[in-house]
Amino acid sequence: MIVTKGLRKSFRPRRGAATVDAVRGIDLDVAEGRIYGLLGPNGAGKTTTLRMLATLLPPDGGAATVAGADLRTDPGEVRRRIGYVAQGGGTTDHATAREELVLQARMHGIRKAEALRRAEQGLAAFDLTEFGDRPCRTYSGGQRRRLDLALGVVHRPKVLFLDEPTVGLDPRSRAQVWTEVRRLRDQGMTVLITTHYLDEADALCDRIGIVDHGGIVTEGTPEQLKQQISGDAVTIGLTDAGATARAAHVLAELPCVRRLEALPEEDGLRLHVDSADTAIPQLLRALAAAGLEPDHVQLQRPSLDDVFLALTGRSPVHS
Amino acid sequence: MKLARDTWLVYQRQLLLMARSPAWLAVGLLQPLCYLLLFAPLLTSALAASGAHSTADAYRIYVPGLLSALAVMGGLFTGFTLLGELHAGIIERSRVTPVSRVALLLGRALRETTALLVQSLLIAVLAIPFGLTVGFTDLLLAMALLALMALMASSVSYGLALLVPTDAALGPVVNTIAQPLALLSGTLLPIALAPAWLRTAASWNPCYWGVEGMRALFAGHLDAPEVWRGLLLTGLMTVLAVAWAARLFARRIR
Repeated sequence: MIVTKGLRKSFRPRRGAATVDAVRGIDLDVAEGRIYGLLGPNGAGKTTTLRMLATLLPPDGGAATVAGADLRTDPGEVRRRIGYVAQGGGTTDHATAREELVLQARMHGIRKAEALRRAEQGLAAFDLTEFGDRPCRTYSGGQRRRLDLALGVVHRPKVLFLDEPTVGLDPRSRAQVWTEVRRLRDQGMTVLITTHYLDEADALCDRIGIVDHGGIVTEGTPEQLKQQISGDAVTIGLTDAGATARAAHVLAELPCVRRLEALPEEDGLRLHVDSADTAIPQLLRALAAAGLEPDHVQLQRPSLDDVFLALTGRSPVHS
Repeated sequence: MKLARDTWLVYQRQLLLMARSPAWLAVGLLQPLCYLLLFAPLLTSALAASGAHSTADAYRIYVPGLLSALAVMGGLFTGFTLLGELHAGIIERSRVTPVSRVALLLGRALRETTALLVQSLLIAVLAIPFGLTVGFTDLLLAMALLALMALMASSVSYGLALLVPTDAALGPVVNTIAQPLALLSGTLLPIALAPAWLRTAASWNPCYWGVEGMRALFAGHLDAPEVWRGLLLTGLMTVLAVAWAARLFARRIR
């Protein structure tokens, strides 16, 4: 649905200053009906990438196809097929949500009667009916964000671009935005979001591309990315020191165990495995065969924080 | 067809917003009314050389200049509204739709033109009790001429706002352009009173011909050459200004 090849953009911050390569060759391939996240710190080139794909910035080089239309030769067709929600939204303070929705639909060439219907549906779908006829300046951050989303999809685009969709929202509004975005994906829409929140990328995206210094450092599902770094950790508690020693002996033989540490203070073992999902049954089977019964089994998955730190050498929010 | 539809769409929205915060009308009327009440009476004697023998005569010379200045100044400062919309992301939201780029510009410039016409009509009507006399056809043509001037000035202002996209920088630029433009078009006093070199300089001012046409219309000389010359030249300048701004708008904003 979105394919890019070597997409590039540089800026000259001031006249006479050296150019800054904001995006230096991004390759993307986003499948239909997926949520794809561009994850990276501020200034990594996420927004520039999104703005190029949304026809707002002409790329300096590379090629892209968005929803089947060529970005460079046919930006008009791309515009017809996409929705775009900027980081700061873009609603008029003195207009109501209904008026904004009707105008947005009309700007997409939809006739008046149909635009009115779409506005009504949009208000209902994004839980805004109650405020639909109040001016936007009276909205809370969450309501405004839901209106931005409703505006982005009022013409039923194939692809939706969301730039940092939950910045500045309280946890409840944030969860609500996630729910809405998942709902759009489940209706078949392809969503490309940028975020610098690891938990957002983890919870919301089907695939993630980690962006740093204008390029994609690595790419995959959240699970794959986490495995790529450290795998899972499984802690097994046993009844006493003797049992722990015997368990260590048995488990170290298993091929799925990459590394084993003893935790002598709590009569336990920490095992590093590629995937806990498949390893835990094997571990338990091996223990049972040796006549050992674990006290408890605890699973620790690595967070995307660990992934990001390992790949870029810093944490995404505080960089 | 699409251009007309899209322009109407943008224009309608702009009118709605204008009607929702009507403070602009009061603010827009206050200053011209002060000029009308506190400055124009001074002119009776000052304009004696141009054939003004009464307050009514002075108004006939002064009011068309005042209205022209209003149209040009009001138009030139409307770029700030566009900057506000650019910063709020409203223009960007429109840009990601297939809406006509020229319509985004024209719909806004026409809003400004409408606002200035409403103000001008009110001022003209308010000047009648003070002795202004103007025929209906003359007034109609004068309004057409004003509309062209306002459209021209707004387009130029939008173009400038795209070239100089910060409030702090746009202000001085607009002021620098507006002052000689106003002085050299004879909005305060007729250029006919000026020395020859000043009159030559004025004839190169795109607003000068409009102001001359306005004066002829308010003097009741419907068939004077200044009228058609003013309409023609101002019309031409307006087309050029709109084309320039639209090109800039389309290029900056793709």
